[in-house]
Amino acid sequence: MTIERKLLKKDSVEKLFAKLKADGRRILAPKARGEEIFFEEVSSASEMARDYIQTTLSAKGAVFPCCEALLKYTLEGKDIKIQDPQEPKPTVLFGLRPCDAASFAILNSVFSWDYNDSQFRNRMKNTAIIGVSCAKADEYCFCTSVGGSPGDTKGSDILLTQLSSGDYLAEIVTDKGKEIVALAPELFEAAPSEDKEKHLANVPVKFDLNQLMQKLPAAFNNNELWLEQSLRCLGCGACAFVCPACVCFDIQDEAGKEGGKRLRCWDSCGFSLFTLHTSGHNPRPVQSQRWRQRLMHKFSYFNDRQKFIGCVGCGRCSRLCPADMNLLEHLKAIAEAK
Amino acid sequence: MEELRKKARELLTSGAVKVIIGYGKGSGPKARAIFVRKPEQTDQLIFNDQCLQNLAVYLTKPEVKALGKPAIVAKIPALRAILQLAAENQLKDEDLLALGISPEGKLVELASLKAIEDFLAGLSLELTGEEKSLLEKIEKMSPEERWNFWQDQFKKCVKCYACRASCPMCYCERCLCECNQPQWVPVASHQIGNLDWHIIRAMHLASRCVNCGDCARACPVGIPLNLLNQKLAEEVFKQFSARAGMKAAQEYALCNWKLEDKENFIR
Repeated sequence: MTIERKLLKKDSVEKLFAKLKADGRRILAPKARGEEIFFEEVSSASEMARDYIQTTLSAKGAVFPCCEALLKYTLEGKDIKIQDPQEPKPTVLFGLRPCDAASFAILNSVFSWDYNDSQFRNRMKNTAIIGVSCAKADEYCFCTSVGGSPGDTKGSDILLTQLSSGDYLAEIVTDKGKEIVALAPELFEAAPSEDKEKHLANVPVKFDLNQLMQKLPAAFNNNELWLEQSLRCLGCGACAFVCPACVCFDIQDEAGKEGGKRLRCWDSCGFSLFTLHTSGHNPRPVQSQRWRQRLMHKFSYFNDRQKFIGCVGCGRCSRLCPADMNLLEHLKAIAEAK
Repeated sequence: MEELRKKARELLTSGAVKVIIGYGKGSGPKARAIFVRKPEQTDQLIFNDQCLQNLAVYLTKPEVKALGKPAIVAKIPALRAILQLAAENQLKDEDLLALGISPEGKLVELASLKAIEDFLAGLSLELTGEEKSLLEKIEKMSPEERWNFWQDQFKKCVKCYACRASCPMCYCERCLCECNQPQWVPVASHQIGNLDWHIIRAMHLASRCVNCGDCARACPVGIPLNLLNQKLAEEVFKQFSARAGMKAAQEYALCNWKLEDKENFIR
């Protein structure tokens, strides 16, 4: 499908929000809460956070929530009534960075791999993504090293790039994007011929992905490497939980006398309990092995199975790590090792 | 800084310790924990106002312990954590050397737990004016406002457990919150699960928290968890006139009881 270019005036964003709401869609957009920025429901474009590089959590929670009920049941005498989860509300995710937009294909590759996860798929089906290109980046950003770019249309249904005038160049990427344009065709005007590239952040390529992927399998047994990289790792789940592409979960049953629910909760390979067997044996007893797993999974196993890299280079894991584990630095070290 | 590097070099060269747990250059302006094992690498040690992490958290980590006896660069909260860990039988006098850093940024070699005790005895461990005024702000709220304030904060929690992992006093091999027979605390990060977790953690740190603030610094979603711990520390001080991490052999409120307690519930 060819990408159609349109102009969305700065003042038209609010009008677009009104049209989306009138169509029965909720809008999730970056909203500031103190110093942190989260994707939350907004009723007006004026509620959105401005001038930031990246949101605190990614937008993955919109399709893969931190905690969600897979089923609920109630007990009435000897009867068990099972309630299926509610149909998700039509949603527009607004203001995602292109790296975050790209992460949905990664999530999808897992949730439709050996089992077709209807709950995830329903949410995806009901979600449209309006991304916004990056005008700024920091030293933690490395989308260009993992196949993305600050103006990448991949993953967005519509991608907006802010031009010098403050207006947006709107690239209509998918049919879902076209449906949104059809809700308010008058807001999408003829596009200027302006080159979008000059409005994008400069994110230099920081390592050679192929080189990294070639070296990783042999690095597996280099215990010293993993130990040296991870001695300061505290073993929390912050990196996995802020990651837009981390997909591991845990199932919890919460049961009471009158009923209960089965919950899917985010989990992390960085936790010591992640691989603990009922017998007491733990195949990854130390943190260095868990760190190795994190890297190997994202940059080696994931590609073998899903033909994707499990990382979009958003840099959140490193920006927010309490021990300053810097993923980019460690990937570079492996890629460039003799 | 030169003094610190020189001392570290001496300690490693003489074999007095096997590793220096200190601060090195991190990403951008950040400092990070480094583990220096060779005298020629001591130049990597730094000390500046970015050196915030309480390095005592590493004293109980198995892979760090496996490196051998450490000398640890320790600011006041780390020194307090060392004493509290000793009081809780998690380390012994001969297990480490402390390279203390005074509030003025001066290196003070503290070769024994007794030396740490003496050094801390001369310092005020009260909350700073800024910390006090933040706490007061919360105390002045009505119960309803306070409830809403914390509900709003806990709503952001995703249970990544960075608060626990960064805390030198959270050294349990298996956290209570990970016991599932029976399951005391819901694992899920929903309203009750988040509330339970943060209240239980605060209670378990009462009389033990050394006020390093790492729980709040570590939290990726910006929950000011240190306020909970500070509040409890102040309550414990009011009731028992004791602060955590003052003595290497000290009874602390969470794990202590007396038959003559004025409350009846204990009997």
